[in-house]
Amino acid sequence: MAAPVSKPIPVPTRETKPYWEGSKARELRIQRCAACGNAQFFPRIYCTRCMSDRVEWIKASGRGKVLSYTVVHRPVSPAFAGEIPYVVALVTLDEGPTMMTNIVGWEPEQLKIGMPVAVTFEDWTEEISIPKFRPL
Amino acid sequence: MSVSLKNKVAIVGAADTEVGVVPNLSATQLYVKAAKLALDDAGITKDQVDGLITCVSFVEPYMYHAEMIAEYLQIFPRYCMTAPSGGGTTIAMIHHAASAIVTGMCDTILMTMADSQLSGLSRDKAIEAMSGAGHPQFERPYGPPIPAFYALLARAHEHAYGTTAAQRAAVAVACRKHASMNPEAQMRKPITIDDVLNSRMIADPLHLLDCSLVSDGGAAIIMTSAERARDFPKKPVYILGVGEGHSHEHVSQAISLTTSAAKEAGERTYAMAGLGPKDVDVAELYDCFTPVVIIELEDLGFCAKGEGGSFVENGRIELGGELPINTHGGLLSHCHPGQPGSMFSVTEAVRQLRGECGPRQVDDAKIALVHGQGGIMSTHCSMLLGSEQV
Repeated sequence: MAAPVSKPIPVPTRETKPYWEGSKARELRIQRCAACGNAQFFPRIYCTRCMSDRVEWIKASGRGKVLSYTVVHRPVSPAFAGEIPYVVALVTLDEGPTMMTNIVGWEPEQLKIGMPVAVTFEDWTEEISIPKFRPL
Repeated sequence: MSVSLKNKVAIVGAADTEVGVVPNLSATQLYVKAAKLALDDAGITKDQVDGLITCVSFVEPYMYHAEMIAEYLQIFPRYCMTAPSGGGTTIAMIHHAASAIVTGMCDTILMTMADSQLSGLSRDKAIEAMSGAGHPQFERPYGPPIPAFYALLARAHEHAYGTTAAQRAAVAVACRKHASMNPEAQMRKPITIDDVLNSRMIADPLHLLDCSLVSDGGAAIIMTSAERARDFPKKPVYILGVGEGHSHEHVSQAISLTTSAAKEAGERTYAMAGLGPKDVDVAELYDCFTPVVIIELEDLGFCAKGEGGSFVENGRIELGGELPINTHGGLLSHCHPGQPGSMFSVTEAVRQLRGECGPRQVDDAKIALVHGQGGIMSTHCSMLLGSEQV
């Protein structure tokens, strides 16, 4: 009998640690450039607009709109089999950056591009909580 | 102004191994068999090759893959490179190979690409293959199978331009029709639009038949300078133009879900060749999923942005239509062993331009466009091939 397949639990790096600490504290954190005001995600050591190193972590509003979504019927691995059908979506945050997520607590008739959503957190381990989004 | 590769390099050998389910050959053996067949097609011996390019094998990985193949063949090239990954990388590697020939790094390159994704994978490796895509912290925790990434593009294109499931299905139907005329193809039974729409939903809105195959197989080409190409037995196929575009790695970082860097790749390719989409007789496009073909047709200038859905309807992309695509059956119906992906588009384009395709031959095919993409519409390379220099 092969070992059960587990979900891919994120392993924070020096660069992403503040993000995961934020998620554990129920805060969605992104970066903002103190030099030019650009908001960015994924985290980086420089601003993608002006290359300043004055990128600072901020608490995002946690609100955004669905840029696109798919309802997954064939799970990526046995670890996700219990969740089908599940929604993988791209959400554009009110601050500007886009992130991949799951939409939770959805009804089929609700799902549409442009749908407003708000962040919610799912606890996976002592260190890791995963930000997901629910319809508003 | 950069040095143009136009008319300077030719493909003088091209061959595929058997594809589909090939349990009797390992991944490495598929590379080597493809190489042997391409050398035979070019009418040269292995010792006449002084450059070697391979792609990485997912099933039988080596730190120095091309060197391993050279060792296996007992050839000793002066130019040796492994393409790091991705089905679309193939065309970009041809771009590099052409540059190496023009700059004198080597004279004659063997490029062989293969894998045995269908017969060669253990359960754990198969799961790894499925779930290895996406950012490990910011995408994979959400459980996106590879079709889901492309479903995000398909949904966005639907929303922006009204593209329909039936239009995407028309791409799968065309590829299958062509595969039905290719005895080498993995899936040859013709399908209808309803067959696609009634096939199992994988990642809404993509059905099973919107998705490409999992296969074993290998393909190889021999490239040399246009001058030397005249001494080879078969009619050379010339590189008329080639160009790349790169926009992101992760789809969640994409600048656009509906317009890709195929646009830049295409523009650079047409500019080098001094040709345009209207000059193309046959197109071998990357078709890992049906919506990709629709986006590529738009970005490569065969129709306006948003009109790709209607462009693929009514047989326009089938043999006998305005722009036959994927005449071997493509990744959707011919085979898709993973990293080698686009190589079969190249060998098919060569056969079309040589007039070797029998019942699926495009009449009077003189100019072929080949396009590869890798990642999730991340990395693009287009190439125009011609039966004559232009």
